[in-house]
Amino acid sequence: MSESLHERNRRALARALRRILPEDAVLTEKEDLRPFECDGLSAYRALPLIAVLPETVEQVQAILELCHVNEVPVVARGAGTGLSGGALPHREGVLLSMARFNRILEIDPANRTATVQPGVTNLAVSEAAAPHGLFYAPDPSSQIACTIGGNVAENSGGVHCLKYGLTVHNVLGIEMLTMEGQRLRLGGKTLDAPGFDLLAAMHGSEGLLGIITEVTLRLLPKPPAVQVLLAAFDSVATAGDAVGRILGAGIVPAGLEMMDNPSLRAAEDFVHAGYPVDAAAILLCELDGCEAEIAELTEQVSGILAEAGATEVRVARNEAEKARFWAGRKAAFPAVGRLAPDYYCMDGTIPRKRLAEVLERIAELSEKYGLPVANVFHAGDGNLHPLILYDANQPGELKKAEEFGGEILELCVAVGGTITGEHGVGREKIDQMCVQFDSDELRYFHALKQAFDPAGLLNPGKAIPTLHRCAEFGAMHVHHGQLPHPELERF
Amino acid sequence: MDTDQRDALQARVREAMDSHTPLRIAGSGSKAFLGQPVRGEPLDVTGHRGIVSFEPTELVVTARAGTPLTELEATLAEANLCLPFEPPRFGPDATLGGTVATGLAGPRRPWSGSVRDHVLGATLLTGKGDILHFGGEVMKNVAGYDVARLMCGAFGTLGVLLDISLKVLPRPAARETRVLEMPAGEALETLQRLAREPLPLTGAVHVDGRLHLRFEGSEAGVAAGARHAGGDILDDDEAFWFAIREQMHPFFAGNMTLWRLSLPPATPLAAMDEPMLIDWGGAQRWLRSEREAQAIRAEAEATGGHATAFRHAPEGEIFHPLPPAALQLHLRLKEVFDPFGLLNYGRLYPDL
Ligand SMILES: Cc1cc2nc3c(=O)[nH]c(=O)nc-3n(C[C@H](O)[C@H](O)[C@H](O)COP(=O)(O)OP(=O)(O)OC[C@H]3O[C@@H](n4cnc5c(N)ncnc54)[C@H](O)[C@@H]3O)c2cc1C
Repeated sequence: MSESLHERNRRALARALRRILPEDAVLTEKEDLRPFECDGLSAYRALPLIAVLPETVEQVQAILELCHVNEVPVVARGAGTGLSGGALPHREGVLLSMARFNRILEIDPANRTATVQPGVTNLAVSEAAAPHGLFYAPDPSSQIACTIGGNVAENSGGVHCLKYGLTVHNVLGIEMLTMEGQRLRLGGKTLDAPGFDLLAAMHGSEGLLGIITEVTLRLLPKPPAVQVLLAAFDSVATAGDAVGRILGAGIVPAGLEMMDNPSLRAAEDFVHAGYPVDAAAILLCELDGCEAEIAELTEQVSGILAEAGATEVRVARNEAEKARFWAGRKAAFPAVGRLAPDYYCMDGTIPRKRLAEVLERIAELSEKYGLPVANVFHAGDGNLHPLILYDANQPGELKKAEEFGGEILELCVAVGGTITGEHGVGREKIDQMCVQFDSDELRYFHALKQAFDPAGLLNPGKAIPTLHRCAEFGAMHVHHGQLPHPELERF
Repeated sequence: MDTDQRDALQARVREAMDSHTPLRIAGSGSKAFLGQPVRGEPLDVTGHRGIVSFEPTELVVTARAGTPLTELEATLAEANLCLPFEPPRFGPDATLGGTVATGLAGPRRPWSGSVRDHVLGATLLTGKGDILHFGGEVMKNVAGYDVARLMCGAFGTLGVLLDISLKVLPRPAARETRVLEMPAGEALETLQRLAREPLPLTGAVHVDGRLHLRFEGSEAGVAAGARHAGGDILDDDEAFWFAIREQMHPFFAGNMTLWRLSLPPATPLAAMDEPMLIDWGGAQRWLRSEREAQAIRAEAEATGGHATAFRHAPEGEIFHPLPPAALQLHLRLKEVFDPFGLLNYGRLYPDL
């Protein structure tokens, strides 16, 4: 019975949507909906009721108004590369693909800005800016595919964020629509805007506060010279200490990345970057600036690395070697992916000084769960990506991997960090939100969401758990002998 | 001296809730000139002070909102670190809380980022008497909405800031300022050209027919940048940049309305023959004018910018009026964090 109601809803809504959209922009058939059933976290899948592919802001506005009136949930989607199930469809809702918003509207070299539609890929911006000697700094590893809209919604980072900041530091303005169909312009080509910093609030809002329809990005001049150093260490603790020493010396590298032995080995096997496979960890350090500066900095950093106890320090001798040093790091995820049928990528951030202790604990957990783990680390800013290896075809392994992951995230919170540095909460980490925030804070999050979206129709069930959910999670899950949310009733 | 007064402050807000008494959040008062005057009993936050944690190699500091900026900056300087956004004090006892609440940044802002760009986390006391903690002490954090950054520039209308965690950076190793004689129009063109080159520029001000360019960073980088820019070396440059940051330069003297224009940096000069100081490489311009507020706002808006009546403001709104849809959202957010309108009511906009 309920199935037929579902079908009836689908037909009625499709009819209404086709009145405001071209025929090919409304998808209702299972095989057409299939490509949208998951994002980069494929363990979670659902088919939406309908998928729509609008091309104009007016169409998006009409879709939102229609869904608002009919109380239909709306889930926005960029490229679907998200790693937390943020773009996971709602079974009773509309999947709003922004893929056709793929035009770069303007490169303004005088003001050093790019104004783009949200479906433009991250890399396309830097490519369009290159003829002017400019680039867009945030560079997630997924940059050939992920969209600027998705980057804003997740506040994405990249290996160059240590020096140049995250997405939130590089976006000057956006245009957006609220679920009620209100058009808002936040910021622009100026460095600030009157009123509350709603632009900051939209970053990392995971499609829950509004639909981003246009983005103005800050472009930077390309540094004339770049150098890359590779240092090997016989313990992760020494490598972690070296990171602190570099930053402590007043140097902010363009990138500072760490890989532990399992991940550097996997990368070496995959792309033959020439990594020292016996090292317990390697650090990759990129320096940029003018020629004279780079020479000075390279010498300084080499010295610091050696003093910190590096067993080997290599300075790239040419462009090819720089590219090779990076190739292994950039291919780390797929490389680790070759080691097992499946891997599960975690994304906690910790205070850097706790690194050794956290990695040790992760190793213990790895034994406890019987699942291997490889660690890739945005070392400069403390963002850790443990990759848990498992086999989804083995009964119970996915569940085990998820539990292992959950414990890692809680560990991050326990040492003063956070459950997500750049991948977002989405559907995936919703339970761990109950560990990081108390019920008052969650209540304010819900209230804030309500200010933007009173009916709660944008991406429901993601990012912020209900208090009810936290009570259930807490009941299953007692921390340090203490129940979270003791004020809530248990069932 | 260092005391944690969060409980007392919370009790005070709860009392105000019960007695329907509006509160005026009072730091040192150094920035009280900015915004509409607030009616209400003072809520003195200067006693809630002290550095809570400081990890030089983590590049993070957490301090209570009443901590004087001078104290905070001195502590950072001892570890060879600084607040990259170069906050103006506008008074000897300026506090960290006031700095974050007003979101004001100095000459380095276009290159270093703004106050909010460096806020990693905050503990706040809402108008409902709740104490909440958002963000943290780590560089990257996307768990939950970014409420900590939402507090920046809200002028205390959404909550009383209690503790603030900031990202800090090493102090630049070297500095040099160059001065080039040229009219404002030419300065804007020069700035446009320089901004597209990878130079360690950290200050660009045009005033009195002279363009001042500050370079900071490594010895080699600064030397190369300054040589490239040309002009003459400014000897006592620290005094110059201090005067710009603190608005003690003679340009800021007198009682004529001081307008702050936030514009796309390459905006050409308006034809008006009024005194103007160009800061932030063109993105922030200070104007002395007695023209109608509306005319000035319309002019700024036409270029995609906005205007604030910063000092000696005429009657009427201080901050640039918001479009209706944005205002509605502001009012709803006020309702979330301060539903009884207790905190700094009306300082930013009426009804907020
Ligand atoms: C191999 C790989 C490597 C990765 N590396 C990195 C990395 O280095 N750093 C990093 O930060 N992330 C990384 N990611 C994660 C992912 O690429 C980013 O989160 C990216 O920003 C998502 O963009 P998207 O266009 O794919 O968004 P989607 O996955 O489609 O959506 C992500 C979220 O944004 C919302 N959304 C999308 N568009 C809009 C819009 N127009 N308006 C409102 N909400 C919208 C969605 O509802 C969803 O909640 C990686 C992913 C993969 C698969």
